[in-house]
Amino acid sequence: MPNTTINLPDEQRVVVTGSGWVTPLGSDINSVWERLLNAESAVAPITHFDASTFATNFAAEVSDFNLSDFFDDPKGTHDTAGRSTQFALAACHNAFKQSGLDTNPIDPTRIGVYLGAGEGVLDYEPYMAANVAAWDHDARAFNPKTWADVAYQGMTPAPELEQEPQLTALHLAKRFNAQGPNLNCMTACAASTQAIGEAAELIRQGDADIMIAGGAHSMIHTLGITGFIRLTAMSTRRDDPTTASRPFDVSRNGFVMGEGAGIVILESLASAKARGANILAEVSGFGSTADAYRITDIHPDGQGGAGAMQMALDQAGINPADLDDNGRPLVHWINAHGTSTQENDKTESNAVRSVFKDNAMKVPFSSVKSMLGHLIQAAGAVEFITCLKAIETGVIPPTANLKEVDPVCGLDHIPGEARDCNPIGGVTTTLSNSFGFGGQNDCVCLTKYTG
Amino acid sequence: MNRSVVITGMGPLCSIADSAESFWDALTQGATSITPIDTFDASGFSCPFAGQVEANVRDWVPKSYRKATKVMARDTELAVIAAKIAADDAGLLTSGSPEEELESTNGFQINPIRTGCQIGAGLIAADTAEMSRAVVTATDDSGTFNTQSWGTEDGADAGMNNLPPLWLLKYLPNMLACHVTIIHGLKGPSNTIMGAEAGALLSIIESARVIQRDAADMCLTGGAESRLNPLGLLRWDYAGRLANLKDQSDIDPTQAIKPFDSSSQGSIMGEAGGMLVVEEESHAKSRGARAYARISGFGSAQSLNPPLPIFNETPPTTDEAMSRAITTAIKQAGIEPHEIDAVLPLGIGQSDLDIREANALRNALGEHAETVSLVNLCNRIGNTLSAHAGVMTAAGALMLHHQHLPANTTTLSNSGFFCPDKKAELHHVLICTSSLAGQCAALVLSKL
Repeated sequence: MPNTTINLPDEQRVVVTGSGWVTPLGSDINSVWERLLNAESAVAPITHFDASTFATNFAAEVSDFNLSDFFDDPKGTHDTAGRSTQFALAACHNAFKQSGLDTNPIDPTRIGVYLGAGEGVLDYEPYMAANVAAWDHDARAFNPKTWADVAYQGMTPAPELEQEPQLTALHLAKRFNAQGPNLNCMTACAASTQAIGEAAELIRQGDADIMIAGGAHSMIHTLGITGFIRLTAMSTRRDDPTTASRPFDVSRNGFVMGEGAGIVILESLASAKARGANILAEVSGFGSTADAYRITDIHPDGQGGAGAMQMALDQAGINPADLDDNGRPLVHWINAHGTSTQENDKTESNAVRSVFKDNAMKVPFSSVKSMLGHLIQAAGAVEFITCLKAIETGVIPPTANLKEVDPVCGLDHIPGEARDCNPIGGVTTTLSNSFGFGGQNDCVCLTKYTG
Repeated sequence: MNRSVVITGMGPLCSIADSAESFWDALTQGATSITPIDTFDASGFSCPFAGQVEANVRDWVPKSYRKATKVMARDTELAVIAAKIAADDAGLLTSGSPEEELESTNGFQINPIRTGCQIGAGLIAADTAEMSRAVVTATDDSGTFNTQSWGTEDGADAGMNNLPPLWLLKYLPNMLACHVTIIHGLKGPSNTIMGAEAGALLSIIESARVIQRDAADMCLTGGAESRLNPLGLLRWDYAGRLANLKDQSDIDPTQAIKPFDSSSQGSIMGEAGGMLVVEEESHAKSRGARAYARISGFGSAQSLNPPLPIFNETPPTTDEAMSRAITTAIKQAGIEPHEIDAVLPLGIGQSDLDIREANALRNALGEHAETVSLVNLCNRIGNTLSAHAGVMTAAGALMLHHQHLPANTTTLSNSGFFCPDKKAELHHVLICTSSLAGQCAALVLSKL
């Protein structure tokens, strides 16, 4: 097989050696995994602010999170870090530990960071005070001079600057001494899958030996929730929040917001071997495309998503038409973008069918957003880690709350109960899809590392 | 993986230019444009001056797309206009070209799936006037914003319904790339990189890597940003990156900002779109494209101690990460430091940052750093943040193309002396920058 990643020299093969997450179901990899296999939902009424009168008043919140549970000295440098940056610091701490880099550091100029971290949360009280004060009721006009006066009084430098999305990557660089290339991308819901894919390419092209990659985000705040309510993109099932996220179900009516972070350690195979690191899986393919269609809609055929999947499969040297000796397609699980919106779930299903054609009904397909909600920019990284776990354990998590599959989404769904693939040879290859608002599509292919 | 990347088009949209030609004229004539902010009353802010762009996005999009300009923030408008200028400059025909042009044989019809788009963008502040008008409908008796009244249970005209339905879509940073990819039908890899003053350079580097790994033949790349709004002016002031020129209406702002000069009063912002077309060299040749310069090397690195008022520490007086990025770029270009004929630094005009940058140049270039020609743009157009390195790269490419140095070049050893424009033998030009959050990037452009 020419031109496929696993035939490249060790310097250009990229493996995963560490993973960590902070999710609405917890921060420990294995216990969250158990809860996902049990189809537990993290969705409940919003507690971060008073959302009682909002059309969507529920979300999947991270609860009981304390940075001091991860670090002995969380204060000082990270004193002012915003919520999502703290999630990223905690997730990276666990990823570093698993990779063995915490006790066995390497040349810091060869470690980089590539995140799809979102913006921080507004400093609401002084921000709103300035906005309220600046409205001149008599003139029915906004007064920028008043805004400036009130803003300079109430808004302070640290909370303002910590909202800049690249500050998350700076905090990680400082904490984990990563002095190589440092990037942060914002491609909405596709961001952290894209960050992982591009980070792998940076290693392949020799710009770094190790990349801290992933994402972090929290939009569970007044204007974050407001924005998606106005777009009518979120479920409004206020009477039954725990089942509100129901990807591919005929009665789905929008996504449910989540928050959190996922961080993985990517490394050249040469570096991992030299350190004697434990290898979790290999990044065998990455695809990235743009729909170039419309700002508000996905292309109905899902051609952008299909293109990203095909590109990832091509790089991994996988033909979607092939079956193995047991009659299984070579991809053993597609971790769906599966947001629970009418449009995404339909077009994503079309995209899978257009790539896998006759084999489409044989490729297991499920969405953990049914349990964790949609972590927006952090979603792809957290879902990437579920692919690592599926490869490690041979078990595929279910789509919770999927009672009646929408006929337009007909595929090999895993409703309600996890699927143990060990009797048929486990899980050796997965795809993870992430599609962003405005038509940005990314897909990463992970493969079990066998040498 | 020996795919060489060249620059075949540019859209340097800034306060002194709106095309490759007008930009080159402005550079050789030493033009500057930093003026009182005229889009709102900025007198309450520390720096009410900026480099401002005059352009109406409706003039730069296909007729069928004019309606969509309503959901464009200023940043997106700048990206869309600059991308159109760059695509035209490169002779590209895209789905955004008028029909009569598509039918002509002049120009190159792009292959959508082999064309990518990487754009450096900043956080886009929600329009404060729009927000202010909406939030005053949701205050309690004490006049404080109240989320209960903001919810829509009270009916159709309640709080949040005063924001337009597509409100959020206007402010997502990836909307710059989304509109550009939709207008031009670009279906290859697409990304939005948040790196403030380094954003455009990191995007150009990623585009070069995308082309080198054969995931595309060409990319629209660079950056665009405008923080000329209340929240932007406040934040960049809080970041220590703006001069305090409040209540100095008689001042000449172009004389207030002096890169690498200890008498500089600080930095001033600008708005811009700095977009380029970068292309695989044999692809450019086969379609007979004019190439300005070759991207022969690049590097990036992270500073652990950028000067930010949130960390309780004294940053070192040299930006070690920037010198590392420069050294990597020069090595990749296969040249020695003394072969760099001119440098486009960030030169932000804020003395603590300028000292770090000057020392980084000294570390990377040795003695050559003292006398190599420096071309500063911040004092001509303002610090245009995510767009800046796109505009810098366009300037460097034009210098190599014309074999000519712009007016008012200077040197580290004599930062107060400005050379007139002149013919010069230029082989390699270095572009380098560092960002608010300490991301450093460097690019070497070489003569073709």
